[in-house]
Amino acid sequence: MKKMLTMAAAVALLAGMPLAGQATPEQDLKAFRDFYMKRFPGVPLNEFGNGVYAIDADARSSWEAIEEFPPYDDELEKGKKLFNTPFANGKSYASCFRNGGIGIRQNYPYFDAKSGEVKTLEQEINECRVKNGEKPLPGKKGDIAAISGYMASTSNGKPLDIKIPNDPRALAWYEKGKEQFYMKRGQLNMSCANCHMDNAGNRVRSEVLSPALGHPTHFPVHRLLWNELGTLQRRYGGCNEQVRAKAFADQGPEYRALEYFHTYMSNGINVNAPSTRK
Amino acid sequence: MANSIKIKTSVNGDVCNVKALIKHVMETGQRKDAKTGKVIPAKFIQELVCTHNGKAVLNANWGTAVSANPYLSFEFNGAKAGDKLVMNWTDNTGESDSAEHTV
Repeated sequence: MKKMLTMAAAVALLAGMPLAGQATPEQDLKAFRDFYMKRFPGVPLNEFGNGVYAIDADARSSWEAIEEFPPYDDELEKGKKLFNTPFANGKSYASCFRNGGIGIRQNYPYFDAKSGEVKTLEQEINECRVKNGEKPLPGKKGDIAAISGYMASTSNGKPLDIKIPNDPRALAWYEKGKEQFYMKRGQLNMSCANCHMDNAGNRVRSEVLSPALGHPTHFPVHRLLWNELGTLQRRYGGCNEQVRAKAFADQGPEYRALEYFHTYMSNGINVNAPSTRK
Repeated sequence: MANSIKIKTSVNGDVCNVKALIKHVMETGQRKDAKTGKVIPAKFIQELVCTHNGKAVLNANWGTAVSANPYLSFEFNGAKAGDKLVMNWTDNTGESDSAEHTV
């Protein structure tokens, strides 16, 4: 009996502790931030939301000139209009979201305990449509980006606040996302971290690589190359293809996991969407 | 087409800095429609005039080398707050638009 109790106590102790070598999300977040603070001394945390323009003064002056007449203005207007237009059944997007969909961007993606899934904003916009008898919008660009862009803009100035609840399923999503960020892919055998961590601030051909800290704050983004708004997962696919890896499905489990980890790593940095990038 | 011109000004001493973004497709006439294979007809701004209190301060002759949605920035002397600036463009198809701005 005594032996069993001791065994039980030992098992309980082990079960309560994280696996050897596996840090908690909070520890990861601190290490992530520390890495960039050390690499770019003097840059305040919130400035990382401005990407390369926080670390490259020359590019910043061009960007500020462009932002005088923001190129995404028209699409933002379109997004607002689409958001406020009711569906054929009379209901609107506001009915599907907390607070009518206004000022909620900073909580996405989130772990939904009921379904066991990580949900992104674009995913829920389409779920709202289907729930109300409309066809889902094609992903990555166009109307979905415009609506998501408008909704995100209503959160401008609010710090990202992604929660990783103490639920093993949520932690599994987080770990999967972390794995996606650090694993090498493609013919060029590169990971997100290779460019946006190891080489943040260095150049890839003529372009300066942005730090991963602060990335998700300004999505959907108006990329000058696209000349339109695009979602975060559009860029994930593009980046993967650039290292000659096959892009995963838009809003599929891999990119949702990555977005969960990626956005959590930028907790505390203010939303500033949409914004213009090269 | 109305509202194609957005203007911003700032005055520093005697110098007025004007920034404008003009929404215009600026088609060169060299591109082909991907689906039909037909040439997309040229449509580009040929002349742009900016007047200050009725007097021209900028005369521009543009062509196909100017990109879509042109951004224009220039400075001129002699402006003060409250003055009227009028910017007007005309393109090769005869279409035109103008916008007024108070410095």
